[in-house]
Amino acid sequence: MSVPGNNAALKVMTAAPAQGESGFLASTFTPKALGIALGLFASVALAGEAWAQLTTGGERLGILATLWKWTPLILLGPPHEVGGFALNVLVSFLAMAIGTASGLFLGLGQISRIGPVRSVSWAVTQFFRNSPWLVLLFFVMLLTPFQINIAGLSVPLPGWFKATVGLALPVMANVAEIVRGAVNSIPSSQWESAESLAFSRLQTIWRIILPQCVKRMVPPWMNWYAILTMSTPLISIVGVNDAMTLTQDALAAEQRTELLMPMYGMLLLFFFVYCYPIARWTIWLERKYAVRI
Amino acid sequence: MEGLWDFLRSLHDAYGINLVHFYDAFERGRLLRGMWTTLKLAALCVVLSVLIGIIGAWLQGSRFRVLKALVQGYIQFFRNTPPLVQMYFFYFALGPQMPRVENEFGIAQPILGSFAWAVISLSFFAGAFNVEIFRSGVEAVQKSTVEAADALGFNRWQIYSLVVFPLAVRVCLPALNNNLVNLIKTTTQAYAIAVPETLYVASQIWSDRINVFEMMVTLLTFYLLIVGIFVWIMTRVERSLRVPGFGQ
Repeated sequence: MSVPGNNAALKVMTAAPAQGESGFLASTFTPKALGIALGLFASVALAGEAWAQLTTGGERLGILATLWKWTPLILLGPPHEVGGFALNVLVSFLAMAIGTASGLFLGLGQISRIGPVRSVSWAVTQFFRNSPWLVLLFFVMLLTPFQINIAGLSVPLPGWFKATVGLALPVMANVAEIVRGAVNSIPSSQWESAESLAFSRLQTIWRIILPQCVKRMVPPWMNWYAILTMSTPLISIVGVNDAMTLTQDALAAEQRTELLMPMYGMLLLFFFVYCYPIARWTIWLERKYAVRI
Repeated sequence: MEGLWDFLRSLHDAYGINLVHFYDAFERGRLLRGMWTTLKLAALCVVLSVLIGIIGAWLQGSRFRVLKALVQGYIQFFRNTPPLVQMYFFYFALGPQMPRVENEFGIAQPILGSFAWAVISLSFFAGAFNVEIFRSGVEAVQKSTVEAADALGFNRWQIYSLVVFPLAVRVCLPALNNNLVNLIKTTTQAYAIAVPETLYVASQIWSDRINVFEMMVTLLTFYLLIVGIFVWIMTRVERSLRVPGFGQ
């Protein structure tokens, strides 16, 4: 993993071993991109800081101090409720779980031996794969009730949960494609051996085919997790208190134009710090699990 | 045409299926303008992001390490941050820093409007993926081919533009199509900065005329249609560019 275009300072900063191929941690934290991003952000913040000090004579909080003041709110949300970046992460976990569970069945539906099941699964997959995320999100947000009544019991459906379902739909379709691809990549001799050992079709799928698929599915699945996480700010458009909404609230409360760049920059940085290691980890797993021919 | 509108109007009267965005001339007009904006936005972003991809992949093959590191930083940053936050950063944070011009009413306004910022931010977002895609294509071109071109006296630019790039494009077309479809779907995010594209106009219509379900079905059909047409065109392009002797 030797990316050219490095300088001594960055090398010292990231404390990278010379041959970074040894493991995931090394391969994650060597890259220069992280250093460059941090450097860019720091220089923007510092320039803003200096400028604010010059123009305001220091009677207001400096840029960095203001960012620090709002960091707990944007990261964790208002006290006693889930919000902010934590909600983004929670929504991404839940949507991924829902999407994976339903996508597994949808993907298996596509290889079913029953014709109608196969075509319906195919149509559902194509529909959700090719619709824009934001439109699906609006669909779920506006067309599902705010509470459901089951046998006299009313269960409230909070906005963030509906948004989670809205984000889970495209994930479901893409997981279905991953499952289908992985099942198709297993040699047909596996199916034949299972049949000759008198396994039923259900047993073959659950005990022989799917366990072998897991390794192949993990890297693309993680890739989709990263894509999903980067789509979670969309829920701010439909009125959920996520990191994006709270950043805009903080900006509205401060009413200072010099904060615009550092605040949005900080939000970008939060996502970058969360998603970049996942991306590196995915690449590392991909290499590790690569099918060698 | 009038007959069709009358039929849709009777559908509303008889069954309550409210397709007002088709039979009402005003709603139809603004929906069509919204669709036209989406098409313009998508076309501009596709062209610009492909250009960014080509230039970026070429810069990555350069001999200057600083240049390479900058391109790498750009890719990693734009790939690992949410496109919506990027768009907000461009529009709300960079937008006000831009010089202002006077419009025809004598009011000062920023030099770039929301449409222009949407084009810029979406192109940079998809461009980051395109650089990686083109690079993978360039890497797939065999070294012996490049050496042969070198031996025939082609210079660096000629080797890239006449030998490496035409081959690379064919290798990476499937991945490129995938990313461009994704880009077309992502244009809906321009809604967030009030670009009057299809989703924005649709949400205006469904709040004015209370036909959320009908409007949404129309909206989804429209996007499935343009994505379908785009995929069809790109499959044709892929087939016509196929190199004989590869694949099935």
